[in-house]
Amino acid sequence: MLRDKVYEALQTVKDPEIDSVSIIELGMVEELQVLPDAILIKLLPTFMGCPALDIIKNNVVKAVSAIGGVEKVEVEFIFHPPWTSDRVSGIGREKLKEFGIAPPPRHMAETGEWQADCPYCGSTYTTMENLFGPTACRSILYCKSCKNPFEAMKPVSTLM
Amino acid sequence: MRYALEDALKNEAYRDAALELLFQLADDDFILAYRGSEWLGLAPHIEEDVAFSSISQDTMGHAAIFYQLLSDLGAGDPDRLAHARPAAERKNAVLLEKVNGPGTYLTEPHYDWAFAVVRNFFYAQAKKVKIESLKNSSYQPLGEAAVKINMELYYHLLHWKTWFSQLVSAGGEARSRMEAAMEAVFEELDGLFSLGAKGEEFAKHSLIDSEAALKANWVQLMSPLFESLDLEMPKSFGMKGGNGRNGEHTADLETALDTLGEVYNFDPAASW
Repeated sequence: MLRDKVYEALQTVKDPEIDSVSIIELGMVEELQVLPDAILIKLLPTFMGCPALDIIKNNVVKAVSAIGGVEKVEVEFIFHPPWTSDRVSGIGREKLKEFGIAPPPRHMAETGEWQADCPYCGSTYTTMENLFGPTACRSILYCKSCKNPFEAMKPVSTLM
Repeated sequence: MRYALEDALKNEAYRDAALELLFQLADDDFILAYRGSEWLGLAPHIEEDVAFSSISQDTMGHAAIFYQLLSDLGAGDPDRLAHARPAAERKNAVLLEKVNGPGTYLTEPHYDWAFAVVRNFFYAQAKKVKIESLKNSSYQPLGEAAVKINMELYYHLLHWKTWFSQLVSAGGEARSRMEAAMEAVFEELDGLFSLGAKGEEFAKHSLIDSEAALKANWVQLMSPLFESLDLEMPKSFGMKGGNGRNGEHTADLETALDTLGEVYNFDPAASW
């Protein structure tokens, strides 16, 4: 079925800055419509100012256009519902770890503080170095057990 | 009633009010994100450089949503709205357009970190108050944007509050410079809460709370921190450089627009 093929194609589109994780695993694909004359895909941006959005959009168009019989692909970024970090799938969380990024913590203290385990050695003995990291969606932490700096995906939720 | 895009397009008075408010929100975030970008490479330490540029990038993203909402309502191309409108058409508060300090990015940038911290903290808190109000806006797309923006703003507010508290409680030169910066910011702070000459239309259409309510919320949220740091909140704030919501601006804005629009205006038809 065409729909399954489109999903397969979307599975090949990765976050340009985390090339082990697909946009499906990140929970960015909100809607897929197979229309008679076009395929319409609605994506949720993780952070609004993310400069990778245009690259992702182009990669989606490229990947889906390569399917036989697809003539027109439309990609739209929407912000409702908002992307939240709990949309990252179980497989996505494992793949983030493989890349050296701790998956977004599922729990936040009432003070807004949160912790992430080291993606390399699994230790909970970590410290927050900078809430802001090299990209909008990541923070920088340090593992006191294996002495590696690492990044974690920031938790974001509508409860904030 | 809640207005979807189609409803807003059918009601001219409502649409005009929504456009006016969106210009204020978009221009505020846009110019402050630009001022933030001028700090790149100049922040007090490397972690702050990473954090501040990330915050500025988020803030520019928020401006981009607002310009997109304006475009959806028929205001034109978002890139043009951001880059090509002259100062007199801009609706941002004067506080946000002021230079970071003496010098320019390329020549002797003796920027004032205390001013950056106070301006950004007071702005983030004012934005938080507005965003909370906008979550209940009658204009549905704006309410949805507010939910998304709020999640990112949470981290900005936390960041600037930490800097503010630490520098003020450090005493000595840090405290006196923070007090001087606060004096400069309070002189313009009313401009942030002003909704401009058409502000009453916003309340009539339930787009956002009134100026008085927004300001009272801000004071209420700030007061415990001021007390804990032994700071005095002035009885009233000022709008010394004019009301940006009505197109009144300083020469600082002109210079900023010339600089940030230089590449865009060189060839507006270029594709990026």
